[in-house]
Formats: sequence, structure tokens, C-alpha cells
Amino acid sequence: MILTYIENWEGKFKKLSYELVSYSYELAKKLNTKVIALSIGNVNNDELTLLAKYGAHKIITVKNQQLNILDNKLFAEVITNVAQKNEATCIILANNTTGKAIAPRLSVKLQAGLVAGVESIPTNTQPFTIRKKVYTGKAYNNVIVKTPKKILTLFQNSFGLVENPQEANIENLDISTAESEIKLIEVNKVTGKILLQDAEIVVSAGRGLKAPENWGIVEDLAKILNAATACSRPVSDEGWRPHSEHVGQTGKIIAPNLYFALGISGAIQHLGGVSSSKCIVAVNTDKDAPIFEAADYGIIGDVRKVIPELIVAIKQTKK
Amino acid sequence: MKILVCISNVPDTTTKIKFVNDYELDKTGIQWIINPWDELALTRALELKEASAGAIKKITVINVGAAETEPTIRKALAVGADDAIRVNIIAKDAYQTAKQIAEAVKDENYDLILTGVESSDSNGMAVGEMLAELLNINSAASISGINFDKSLFTIKREIDGGTELLTIKTPFLATVQKGIAINPRIPAMRGIMQARTKPLKVVEPKNIYNYVEYTDYELPKPKGKCKMIAADNVTELVNLLHNEAKVI
Ligand SMILES: Cc1cc2nc3c(=O)[nH]c(=O)nc-3n(C[C@H](O)[C@H](O)[C@H](O)COP(=O)(O)OP(=O)(O)OC[C@H]3O[C@@H](n4cnc5c(N)ncnc54)[C@H](O)[C@@H]3O)c2cc1C
Repeated sequence: MILTYIENWEGKFKKLSYELVSYSYELAKKLNTKVIALSIGNVNNDELTLLAKYGAHKIITVKNQQLNILDNKLFAEVITNVAQKNEATCIILANNTTGKAIAPRLSVKLQAGLVAGVESIPTNTQPFTIRKKVYTGKAYNNVIVKTPKKILTLFQNSFGLVENPQEANIENLDISTAESEIKLIEVNKVTGKILLQDAEIVVSAGRGLKAPENWGIVEDLAKILNAATACSRPVSDEGWRPHSEHVGQTGKIIAPNLYFALGISGAIQHLGGVSSSKCIVAVNTDKDAPIFEAADYGIIGDVRKVIPELIVAIKQTKK
Repeated sequence: MKILVCISNVPDTTTKIKFVNDYELDKTGIQWIINPWDELALTRALELKEASAGAIKKITVINVGAAETEPTIRKALAVGADDAIRVNIIAKDAYQTAKQIAEAVKDENYDLILTGVESSDSNGMAVGEMLAELLNINSAASISGINFDKSLFTIKREIDGGTELLTIKTPFLATVQKGIAINPRIPAMRGIMQARTKPLKVVEPKNIYNYVEYTDYELPKPKGKCKMIAADNVTELVNLLHNEAKVI
């Protein structure tokens, strides 16, 4: 069995959730087995059923008060329990903050080799060989998993969605756990903004914008493209933009379909976080800026002039 | 109270990655540094100790690596760690690393263990949480803030689109990320002198199997040439994004 852990956000799934199921289905086909999707938390049956569309053969849901906030230790216990009961040989999680928090614990509990941050299905099953990124995207490494059980975490937006409709039934599982020793005091959430990790288009700006008050055009461009905003590290270090927007080796690693690098030089640490983008557009006054080596399309020009014109041009095509 | 900080030794982030053959990193000319996140973890640990009015007694750093990592360990001692442990083995995967650390510290009862969210070389992001599981203690990942007040720890955890403020019972392990400390501490001359005489214990490794085997490397395919568009012709760019790249 392939077991995939599907996180929810206030009871809802998102593209990433279906991507995990699509990936698991493809892997199950290769290993000649089936997919179980496991949800922990309050998700209703209509939402759960959506997982079947992407290839889940069975859906297990665990609802338990202690599991309302992420407690790595308790979540790992529950997933291990389900994995053992269902004789799972592969466990698939997202390579996001939750997946990265739980997968290593599962690896220890199940004595299963972990490969974190995969983008594709294994190239070989005997021995189980899979490719992963290392040195922050500067190279790939082939990895052989030697243990009978395997755990993989999948990079968001690397595999995509594939529909494989199944007739899946939903099993409600009661699993009791110890009381969590982690207590929530408060949550601070930005609402109504597109999350950087989920965005198909990201508009990112660097020190070339010169000052925080110049970000209006960046936000306008993002708005008409339905995009998320991002920035280079010095921009967030200076406090011009929130830390949550910082992308790169020491910030978020993203892979949108389209990435705009506006007034960003393209330092190697910056590229580490964005080089998996499917298409990169660079606007920079310096024709020798390294960003042009990583970009697909480039404009040598001043962002203060190019961005407003770009906004006008996009509005026109949208008409 | 005592704190353990796990540090790994990685190539400087500006390093151009090359391989001698398909299997081995070309180490010529590489500058080795403390993994940037580990450095911030250590910085925060020092700040907590200084502000704790003696409640936090000791900060130990641990590294799993060969003798060549000692300059990096000495640097950690120079910025203020009290002592250090090196487990003398080049680990093959995250599990081996975590298990070696667990074996070396299991009887030490650290109240708090800090590790970076990931290392900038293998990007495994696994050692911290594996260690927590091996020691059977609480843990929280992606921590960007940590405070200590009268034996109670509060932590700030990054979640999608925001943060959570949590309390967590000791002993616990936190994998930390950006924000935990602002600037890494830089060793002063006095610290460098003192570091030479601070205890650095070398522990022989236990016999532990690795779960995964890293084999050959591949460099990413070189990118096609960047298509340049005249600055006064942004409509052309919009057309290309729409019709050629099909991304808008
Ligand atoms: C350990 C370490 C980790 C790091 N991690 C990261 C990371 O995660 N993410 C990250 O981004 N950086 C990271 N950095 C920093 C990185 O090395 C660069 O310093 C940084 O990315 C540069 O940001 P920038 O491109 O915004 O600024 P600059 O390098 O100052 O570039 C500004 C660019 O704007 C252009 N420009 C100026 N005016 C205009 C104009 N009017 N119109 C158009 N273009 C203009 C300039 O030609 C220049 O290319 C890290 C560094 C270290 C040492």
C-alpha cells in the first residue's frame, strides 16, 4: 500500500493535496499497489471524497481533539499506526513545513529510509532509486533507499494534477492519543492574500526598487495577475517587506509557473529558491546581471518605467 | 538547564558546485562554514542564556564529522558555546547522523535542543526531527522565535500564511529558521583565544547502518538562452508569455 498524508487548511484541501494523491497513484501503478489517503482533523465527507478523483482507493479520516494543532510526536504516532495496520510500504507527504516536521519521525518509527524533496517518481524500483535536489537546487543526487519501507516528501508544483477517478470509501478511524504537551496561545494569519507557496504566478522585487514606498507598482502588477508577492533577502532584512516574502536559499523555496524578478541581481542564493520556476522574467538595468542567465525572458530597463507599462499591456490583453 | 545545538559543516553558500567525478564533490577551494541556520540557532541559544539570570547553565554544540570539521566547531566555541562534542564519523545519511547524536547525548538530559531547519548542502531537513523521535521528546519545526520565562518556553511557529504562538513542555527540540535571531554572532579576538582551551570531546561512533545511499550526482540541464525584449516593447513580452510560454 501507498499511504499519503493529506493535510487540511480549516477543513479544506488545496491543489497540493490533490497533487499528492496524483503522485501517489502514479507510484502505486509502478509498484502494482493501491493508494490510501489519510486525513487528520475535521474535514467533511464531501471534501474527503474529492481525493478519490485523483486516485485514492481508500480514504481514512481521523478526528481527535488532541490533534487540532500540529504536534509532531502525536501526528507521527497516528500515521505510524495507520501505516502498520494497512501494511504501507511507501508513505508520501508534502515537502512543506508540516511534511518536513513529521516525515523524519516516521522514518525512525517505521525504520524507513526518507528522501525529502522529490520531484518525480522513482527511476527504478529494484533497488528503489529516486532523484532529489541537493545544494539548494544547484545539483541533483540519485538516492537509493535500502530499507523495505520508504518515505518521500514531494515538492509542491513539481508533479502536477492528474485525474484518476476511483470509487473510494471513507473509513472513520478512532485513534486515541496522549494529551498534547504543546498548547496554542494565539494564531496570527494574513487573510485574503494568495500564499506564496500556492501561487501560480509570483511577482518578486529586489533592492533595485530602491525604497519600500516604491512597492505600489509591484503590488499592482501582482494584483492584475492574481499573483503573490515575494522579495529578495536584503529587502526583507531591511524591513521593507515582511520576512514571509523572502525567497531563496535561506527563505522560501518556490516553483511557480511564472516568476518575475524585478530589480533583483540574481545572486546564487536567491536563485536557489526560485530556479525551479517554470518560466522566469527578469527586468534589470544592468545587462550583465546574473539573473539574465537564469531567466527565460529579459528586459534591460528601469523597473519604474517597465512595470507600469507592463500593467497597461496586460490590462489590454485581458480585454 | 542546558541547551544542545547541533551544527553542521557546509560549503560556503556562494560555492559553485562541481564534482570530481559523478560521485564526489570537488572540495578544492571550498570555504567551509557553520550551516547558516545552525549559526542562528546558536546565536539565539547564547541570547537566551545571557538573559536567563543563570537559569541556563550551559550550551553545548555537537557535530558529526571528521577531524576536518574542527575549525567550524572552534568557531562555535569562539562565539560563546561552552563546550563541544564531535562524533568522529562522516555520516552517510540523516538517520546515521541523528542516531549518532542520540547515542552521544541520550544520558545528558538536555532541556532544549536546537537544530537548523535544514542544511544548505544535502537539504535533507531531517536530522532534527529524527533526533527528537530517537530521544522520544517533544518537538516543533520551523520555529522563528523562542522565549524563556520562569522555566516556561514559548515558541513562534511559521505556518502557511502566518504564525502560531505556542507553549511547549521541556525537554523539547526545535528546528529553527530565519527570524530566530537577526544576525549571527561573529567571534571576537577574546572568544577565539578562549575557544582554544574550551573542551572539545571526540566520541567514537557507534555501528549504525544508513537507510539511504546517495549515489551519483547530476547537474541541472543548462538553461536555454534568455530571450531579450526591448524595454519600449513590453506588449511583446505579454504576447510571448501568453502565446509562447502559455503562463498568463
Ligand atoms: C548565507 C547567505 C544566504 C543568502 N540567502 C539569500 C536568500 O535566501 N535570498 C536572497 O534573495 N538572497 C540571499 N542572500 C543574499 C544574496 O547574496 C544577495 O545579496 C541578494 O539576493 C541581493 O538582493 P537584490 O538582488 O535585491 O539586490 P542587489 O544585489 O543589490 O541587486 C539589485 C539589482 O537591481 C538592479 N537595479 C537597480 N536599479 C534598478 C532599476 N531602477 N530598475 C531595474 N533594475 C535595477 C541592479 O542592477 C541589481 O542587479 C544570501 C546571502 C548569504 C551570504
